[in-house]
Amino acid sequence: MTIALEARNLVKHYPGVVAVDGVSFDVEEGICFGLLGPNGAGKTTTVEIIEGVSPATSGEVIYYGERAGAKFREEAGIQFQNTALQDFLTVKETLEMFQKLYDNPADLQHVIDECSLGDLLDRDNRKLSGGQRQRLLLAVALINKPRIVFLDEPTTGLDPQARRNFWDLVERIRKAGTTIILTTHYMDEAQILCDDIAIMDGGKIITRGSPGELLHKQYSNVIIEIPIDDVTGDLSGIPHRTLDLQGIVEIDTDDVNTSLQLLAQNVSGMNRMKIRQPNLEDLFLDLTGHSLRA
Amino acid sequence: MFKRIYAIFRARNVEFIRDRSSLSWNILFPILLVFGLSFIFSSGDRALYTVGVLQTSDVIDPTQHAYLDTRYLEFVAINDREVGYRKVERHQLDLLVEFGTPGHYWVNPDSPKGYFAELALLQSDAGNTIIKEQISGEAIRYVDWVLPGILGMNIMFSCLFGVGYVVVRYRKNGFLKRLHATPLRSIEFVIAQVASRLLLILSITTFVYVGTRYFLDTRMEGSHLTLFIVATVGATSLISLGLLVAARVTSEELAGGLLNIVTWPMMMLSGVWFSLESASDWVQQLAKIFPLTHILNSARAVMLDGATLVDVAPQLIALMVMSIVFLALGAAIFRWRAT
Repeated sequence: MTIALEARNLVKHYPGVVAVDGVSFDVEEGICFGLLGPNGAGKTTTVEIIEGVSPATSGEVIYYGERAGAKFREEAGIQFQNTALQDFLTVKETLEMFQKLYDNPADLQHVIDECSLGDLLDRDNRKLSGGQRQRLLLAVALINKPRIVFLDEPTTGLDPQARRNFWDLVERIRKAGTTIILTTHYMDEAQILCDDIAIMDGGKIITRGSPGELLHKQYSNVIIEIPIDDVTGDLSGIPHRTLDLQGIVEIDTDDVNTSLQLLAQNVSGMNRMKIRQPNLEDLFLDLTGHSLRA
Repeated sequence: MFKRIYAIFRARNVEFIRDRSSLSWNILFPILLVFGLSFIFSSGDRALYTVGVLQTSDVIDPTQHAYLDTRYLEFVAINDREVGYRKVERHQLDLLVEFGTPGHYWVNPDSPKGYFAELALLQSDAGNTIIKEQISGEAIRYVDWVLPGILGMNIMFSCLFGVGYVVVRYRKNGFLKRLHATPLRSIEFVIAQVASRLLLILSITTFVYVGTRYFLDTRMEGSHLTLFIVATVGATSLISLGLLVAARVTSEELAGGLLNIVTWPMMMLSGVWFSLESASDWVQQLAKIFPLTHILNSARAVMLDGATLVDVAPQLIALMVMSIVFLALGAAIFRWRAT
């Protein structure tokens, strides 16, 4: 097992705020590592320290056994959450410009094909749709044949079709052996793409492992969902949570049979009831809380 | 290193050239100014008659001769005899006088204003003690004098605002942060910006210069190569200043304010529209801290007096030193990120 990247006790202070508070983790070569957390958890700051675009107050980043430096800049591909490209340049000109910034760039045509940009080469950067723009930004991140790619909330604002296309693309990159560091707050995205995740809150990592391991460790139960409209009796004897907005009642139980018997006496019917395993979103909400973050 | 600089240089050029509104403004603005001023000042009139008083002191003693009490004449002290002669020759002074025993005065017989200034002198000189000397030469039109000022001003605005705003915009929208995540170094980025703006502004200035020379037959006593060197060195210093101003700023509003603070004193004190020769000594000394002053003085020396590269070398050295200082400081404090 080769460790591609290691963050050692990263700390970042802003006036009056500790944005990152002693974060340490390592990332195995060739996997997709997800850094999850609610808004303001410190994940983007952590990743920007690792990327070298924001200095840490203390701590260090190790890339293939050495402090991250010139070699890291040459071999890392980065897609930031908010990046503008140069105005008035076409997609092809943008890629060519970034290609020339590296000593060992990728073949341009290969990157164009990989990111499905062939039909957009002569289009002005400013005239791309959200999904096309994300594909271009990913192509820019891949232009140096990176060994490690950072994707910071890459599918924010994309429609479902564009998101799925993007996931396919990321999966192809990972299968080619590239290490991926993904920050996202879409739990379905993390569950599909990530081999290993860390959940951050308050500037710290609060849990770490593969999605399966984390769910197995956290939950031995299942979740029963039933529409509020179908509830006719009193559920006070059954531990439950009412989600008004979704119009459902959630029952978290490790004894499905008993719960179903109790429910049968208090609901009008069970045709619309669902039984599901807890997912990352449940885990995320349980660990970071349900209240709104600033 | 050069590959990276060229990549940024080329991309910036393409961006500028395709930005039609910015390109048009950079070309049209100086052309409109030159032709407008040429039309307005085509008669060559100035508000006052200007008489040079040849003396060693900078302060003119009005009691030394009755002529100095004459109304509607502006008297300026001239310390250098050759400078005084040249100004009479070029009609920049209507008359030059030296009081003494005997006194002398120099007037250009081709200058109508010199004729009236001479009449006033003779009227005030009851004993006819001042001896007349003649200097002949062709007048310098206002458009000849102001052309370097307008070209210099356009270079200044283009270099300072063109570079400063662009860098701040790049920083604010995250493009600089994206570049920072590549092997590109700040000095490479800065050099590429300097080279790009230099190429563009020299192209535009050459185009405007050739146009005014063709249509207005503007004066050129010196070498075009020397003038080109002055423009190149001068523009480099102004671009470097723009980069320094924009090195850390993240707000376009603040950048605009800072650039205005830098440009307006130069507009007023560097001699764009009028000569500072009659201004007080401290103003003239203050003006020397501005790159534009050195650019305009050396450009006018080349265009109007035929100065050589050696003659303008002190001004060019001053500009080069400024460029190095501005660039080094700008690269040292350069910030890639908005926050």
